Amino acid sequence: MSEPLLHIRDLSVALPKGADRPFAVKGVTLDVNPAEILCIVGESGSGKSVLTATLMGAAPKGLSVAGGEAVMGGRNLLTLTERQWRQIRGKDIGMIFQEPMASLNPALTVAQQIEEVFELHADLPKAERAARARKLVEEMHLPEPDRILQSWPHQLSGGQCQRVVIAMALAMSPKLLIADEPTTALDVTTQAQVLKLIRELRDSHGHGIIFITHDLGVVADIADRIAVMRHGEVVEIGTAEQVLKHPQHDYTRALIAAVPSLVPHDRPAPGAAEPALDVTGLNHSYGAKQVLHDIQIAVAPGRVVSIVGESGSGKSTIAKNLIRLIDPDSGRIAVAGEDILGLKGSALRGMRRKIQMIFQDPFGSLNPRRRVGPMIARAAVLSGASRAEAAGRARELLELVGLDRSAWNRRPAAFSGGQRQRIGIARALAMRPDVLIADESVSALDVSVQAQVLDLLADLQKRLSLAVVFITHDLRVAAQISDEIVVLSKGHVVERGPASEVLTRPQHPYTRDLIAAAPGRDAF
Amino acid sequence: MRQLTPYLQKPLVVVGGALSFGWLLIAILAPLIAPYDPLLTLQPLAKPLTQGANGEFFLLGTDMLGRDIFSRLIWGARTVVIYATLATMTAYAFGLIFGLIAGYAGGRTDAVLSFLANVVLSFPVLVLYIVIIVTIGASPVNIVIAVTFSSAPAIFRIVRAITIDVASRDFVRAAITQGESTGRILFVDILPNTTGPLAVDFCLRLGYTAITIGTLGFLGLGLPPPTPDWGGMVNEGRAMAIAFPHLVIFPCIAISSLTLGLSLLADGLREVNEAKERQA
Repeated sequence: MSEPLLHIRDLSVALPKGADRPFAVKGVTLDVNPAEILCIVGESGSGKSVLTATLMGAAPKGLSVAGGEAVMGGRNLLTLTERQWRQIRGKDIGMIFQEPMASLNPALTVAQQIEEVFELHADLPKAERAARARKLVEEMHLPEPDRILQSWPHQLSGGQCQRVVIAMALAMSPKLLIADEPTTALDVTTQAQVLKLIRELRDSHGHGIIFITHDLGVVADIADRIAVMRHGEVVEIGTAEQVLKHPQHDYTRALIAAVPSLVPHDRPAPGAAEPALDVTGLNHSYGAKQVLHDIQIAVAPGRVVSIVGESGSGKSTIAKNLIRLIDPDSGRIAVAGEDILGLKGSALRGMRRKIQMIFQDPFGSLNPRRRVGPMIARAAVLSGASRAEAAGRARELLELVGLDRSAWNRRPAAFSGGQRQRIGIARALAMRPDVLIADESVSALDVSVQAQVLDLLADLQKRLSLAVVFITHDLRVAAQISDEIVVLSKGHVVERGPASEVLTRPQHPYTRDLIAAAPGRDAF
Repeated sequence: MRQLTPYLQKPLVVVGGALSFGWLLIAILAPLIAPYDPLLTLQPLAKPLTQGANGEFFLLGTDMLGRDIFSRLIWGARTVVIYATLATMTAYAFGLIFGLIAGYAGGRTDAVLSFLANVVLSFPVLVLYIVIIVTIGASPVNIVIAVTFSSAPAIFRIVRAITIDVASRDFVRAAITQGESTGRILFVDILPNTTGPLAVDFCLRLGYTAITIGTLGFLGLGLPPPTPDWGGMVNEGRAMAIAFPHLVIFPCIAISSLTLGLSLLADGLREVNEAKERQA
């Protein structure tokens, strides 16, 4: 094996006093070789982002390197001055961030931004800079390179932006590329293309790449070697084959076990029950642009129907229509046989009890100023319970979603993302709804927590015989929880059917693309 | 108490708080602290730290009518603290209610309310005060009305902006989908989430109002004499300020120390709030 590109030995980064642990990164030792993709996997708080920020000389404020070294090209990166760093960043180490839109300057065209990298690091004539920029854009497989070069970031899609960011990171052909969750903000089909591009770059240019992600599916698709981080330490490191097929550490095993399978469970056939939720002919427009076309969805009590689609497919617009946050152009939404679209005032407020929503963002969906117990009890009161009944119901629900009694008097800030999502579920259930809408309700959660919340939802749904509309971009999650899957593309339902049918024998080309793009399809 | 700890660790909060609450305490305890009746003529134009003919001691001297300046400052604190607080609170009552409504309802309601606020805001504040006081006369209640009328629109705009932000969060949507009434959404869900920035603004505005009341007093539009009033004291002493600087210096120090205290307190609160937000 050739000499490693980057050699990290016993690197520790200290957290400020009063944090929940003394070190953000503790005693990390690892090598990155040329022409190799090293994936660093970990859940939130594992220290993976602090590690890479430190390697870029940009450790977050308040954190300080407590020991160890990171040697690249004979120099210890950790002792460089800010001036020396400026020579290295972009030239020897390239960086790709999570949010492609945020990493581009909205006031400069693509051509200007790429050429700016050359201006900083190389003394090239203008024509040469432009030629190189164009060549880079072509290498990124961006369509119509000339148009892209003259575009501003807002005119490009997320995937296109991320490719421009990669082009900028590669402009000076750095030996080492650090990519922090570079595909997390992208749709699966776009993600698949960007992953393919990154693999090509490794093969054609021999870059050493540190690829940080929380998604084991992505890891399985792209990693040569894998380092698993937890609480700031590397608990396991090895080749992709070793780590994924023969994990040694318990935590790695647990992580792998938590990845939802793409193979759906066998589900009983639907009974002949009246649908609890019946949506027919739903059309919705934002201004002149129609975003939903003739949507039909029927969910019987005790069944889960998933709406699967990429960003912009209109799935959140459906959710907002269902809970009457916005009103459609036309169509019918019936809950327990009653059309809810015509309702106003107190009739509308009365209906709201029957159809409840669990939101995506566990941090935004709970009022930070209210205590958890009274918050849930208030929902029960609104559904018509007396105060005493409501308090009792809230206590039961807290227990049902697996939270401790002491949760009652705490505010949301005292809970983790997964616990907050449980509180959100308890609040929705406190109204004794017939229909539950879960809008990307597990997307913001770490994979192990995601599995627990999914189990909880599935269990409650069966026990309470709820009709659930589960909205997600993640086919794996949909496979785990759904009886039926509805595939949405650009506001049209392109395919629907039992989960096992849709996932194993997809009929529509779009569904096939989606399934083919699901990361780590062969591994899990 | 534990919630107060981060505030008490800030020197800005401690110094600002000590100045502001010191004046509050002086205002409350005025009858106990003041050595003399603020309206009583003792000996005209005594210098500070002098002894009177009848054995009185004038810490800060006396004015041209022979009234003890120290006692007048202490009683004047009452006027400022009571009316500045009252005026700021009524301004807040209006600003909060209309700001919440406009920010939450949006659309035409917001357009109309914002337009009205902007009309009031387009007048220079001092001109507005003078016009109002001259029209309705100088009295404690009218001062409160004038301050309310001219500050409420600015408060309205702040509250409206914060409300628009808070109302877009999912917990407000959750409250809507639970069938919560609009009133409760405004006052139970949204209002408590606006208090951080509003507390800062309240302190600052209280300081401005103290200055305003001082300014009105100085212009002769404040409380009718002989009520002890810091601005009025500066005005009365102005003509003889060169020969007897103590007539104006001490009331000026009183006004600026109270305003400074409130500004420091506001800055400190803002720093703590920002630190809290960063943590979250």
